[in-house]
This record gives sequence, C-alpha cells and structure tokens, in this order.
Amino acid sequence: MAKITYIEHTNKKHIVEVPSNMSVMEGAIQNNIPGIDADCGGSMACATCHVYVDKKWFDKLKKKNEGEEDMLDMVCQPNKFSRLSCQLIVSNELDGLILRMPSKQG
Amino acid sequence: MISTDVLIVGAGPAALFTVQQLGLLGLKAEVVDNLDKVGGQCSELYPDKPIYDIPAIPECTGETLIKNLMKQIEPFNTNFHLNERVDQLVKEGTKWKITTNRKKVFITPSVIIAGGVGSFEPRKFPLKEAEKFEDSGVFYSIRDKKYFDNKKICIFGGGDSALDWSIELSKNSKVVLVHRRSEFRGTSKNVETIKRFEKDGKIQIKTPYQINSIEGDDKITSITIKDDEGKIKKIDTDYILGFFGLVMKLGPIAEWGLNLDKKHITVSTENFQTDKEGIFAIGDICTYPGKIKLILSSFHEGALAARGCFELARPNEKYRHEFTTTSKIIHERLGKKKS
Repeated sequence: MAKITYIEHTNKKHIVEVPSNMSVMEGAIQNNIPGIDADCGGSMACATCHVYVDKKWFDKLKKKNEGEEDMLDMVCQPNKFSRLSCQLIVSNELDGLILRMPSKQG
Repeated sequence: MISTDVLIVGAGPAALFTVQQLGLLGLKAEVVDNLDKVGGQCSELYPDKPIYDIPAIPECTGETLIKNLMKQIEPFNTNFHLNERVDQLVKEGTKWKITTNRKKVFITPSVIIAGGVGSFEPRKFPLKEAEKFEDSGVFYSIRDKKYFDNKKICIFGGGDSALDWSIELSKNSKVVLVHRRSEFRGTSKNVETIKRFEKDGKIQIKTPYQINSIEGDDKITSITIKDDEGKIKKIDTDYILGFFGLVMKLGPIAEWGLNLDKKHITVSTENFQTDKEGIFAIGDICTYPGKIKLILSSFHEGALAARGCFELARPNEKYRHEFTTTSKIIHERLGKKKS
C-alpha cells in the first residue's frame, strides 16, 4: 500500500491509497483521476498514461526498460522525468510518491 | 434507404478482399469508410512503403496492393460510400439498420466491421502554431514526396517512419532530423544509414531536442528546439514533419454494445461473428486467442465471415463450397466466358 499524490496539469491534487502490486496507472483509473487515459489498458502500446515523476522520486523508481523508452518517444512533451504510469508497480517503498500529469495524453 | 446482403464498415484490405469473397458467393456488399479513399491504413499511412508478407507477392507497396484488390473486385460493381462514418447500428426485426453521419440508412441481415484501429489520427505537435500550419507547413504523413523537393525540412521522431523519410527526402532536400533522445528505435539498417548520412554531411541530426516554437506569418520560416536543460536552438526551415505514431479513436463503434477487449471486438473464430448475431468483425479490429494483426490473417477472417453472412442472407439455400478454377457459376459471377 502506498499513498500517491497525482497532480493534474491545473495543479489540482488527488491523494489516494493504492494497493501494492497494482500499477500507478490502475490506481488513477480506479479512483477516476482525470489526466491518465490508458487507452491500451497497460500493455505499453499506446503511451496515454504518461506522467512526470517528482524529481525526488525519479531515481528511487525501477529503471525503465527499452520498450517503455520507445513508447515515450510518442508522448506529448516528454522530459527527463517522464514515465509511463502503467510500468510503475506500487509497493510500500513508493509511499508518498508524487506525480504530475501532462496537459494532454496523445 | 439501401437494402443489401452485407454492409462492410471500413474499406481497407480486409474489407476489399471480403467484397470479393462475398461476390463469389453471390452476395452484394455496400462499403462505408470515413476516409476519403479506399485502402485504409495501406493508403493513409504507408502508400509508398513496401509490404513483404503477402502470399505469392514478394514485394509490393500499400498502394499497389489496394490497386490490385480493387481490380479483383471490379466484376462486382461495389458501391463505396466514402467520407462517411457509420454512427448507429440497431436491430430491426431480424435485420440491422445502419445510419451514417450523413443520415444514409442501410438495411441488411449482416454487418462486417473491418474498421482497422477505428478512426485513427496521428499524434500531433503540442503547439498552437502547428495547428495553424497543418497541411501547409506541418505534416504527419507524406502523400507526394515531390512536394518536398529542394526544400528545408525538419523531421521529428525516432522510429522507422521518421528514419525512412529522413533517408528518402535527404536525396532532394536539406533534412534535419530531431529526436528527444540520442537512441533511435528504428531498424538497425535504418539507424546505420542515418548515421552514415550524417557523417557524409547529407543530413543533420539534433538530439536530444524537442520542438519549442514555430515561427512565420503566412508560412513557416524557422523553428526553435529545446533540450532537457532548456537550451534553445533556432533552425531555418520550410516544412516540419512529425512521426510520433497514431492515436486510436474507436469512435462510435464503442457505443454499439459489442463485447470489447481493450478497444478490440471479440469474435468467434468459426465465422468471425461477434456476440451479436449478424455482426461480424475482421482485421485489426477483431481479437481472439492467437490473433495476429497481419493483412494475411484478415483475408482468412473475411473469407470465413463471408460464409457466415451467406447463411443469414440466404437462409433457404444450402451453402456449397466451390472452387474458382472449376465452378461455372463463379465464372459467371466473375464475368468470365465459358471455355
């Protein structure tokens, strides 16, 4: 279980508890948090669950694999803190994680 | 109101071959597609790109494939309703009533959905000016490469579309390739070629950069690009091309009450019927255990769906499998003289 803060591009905050082993994307979808579309449902095929991970958190996350890096080529306005939230698996270690959503997904 | 044996949603290769299979069985199809031309992704996304996995055709472009499929269905005088999107699909008695966005109405016992990835559109540059210059200075696909001859072009993207076009257009134009990171995800052959072209001065590569602004009044004069640290560079250019893949938009299909699995329609592999009798789905839009998104697979799916449609269109006739080599009735349908 981890408490995760999702911040919309308008700065609206959503703080929710997400069970371990669920993805950060699923945490947003199940709590109806806008800003993460996840068209493909987590198969890393659509790049519509793009988030910017808070600087302090970025290095604590598991590194992205090549497939995720490839998909990030397709998102709107990626930066060096860009991740696909479907690839971030929740664990107790992620308690306090902060993410920002881009103004648009694809 | 148009009454027909089968209505096909989509006019890509899956749909076109299915028209032929239906025609051989003596069934008449009407075809609706919201693009302005037949061919689906073959015409829209890769008309000039060679395809290598069509049986017995070692190599042909998307455009040629569609031309040949159209030739193959010539005998059936099919009506194409282009620039039209199927909006509604409702059951009326034993038949289906289909309404398009232009209020055209079809009545048919069978509908074959061959809608590819739904209505698809390219991912676009996230800038207001990109909208303003779209189709005059900003492009997301290329229909006629001559348009770009002797011009200054900036190409964005890191996949094969970006690399293919950078290589191709650099023959007659000045190309700058811009990508958000230094690795390209294209084939190693393309990546090698592009690096060699850069070394030989045939092409310029700028990484890791993204678009920052587009300048120009009536037409584009220059753009600026920005790296991760916010460092900005200006590039003089006439055109910019973006290859960031496509976004799938399922559109109205999602509202027809069909069983969906991640934007794909689930079907039975016996006849490619959906969970609703008389509604079939073939090609990229359908899914079933083992599904592969190949043009080849869609031909098979269409052939079996056509037989499913036959039962609904001709409930009192017995389906007989016949071969095109020997069947007289098929030869008549194809307009071939008896030999």
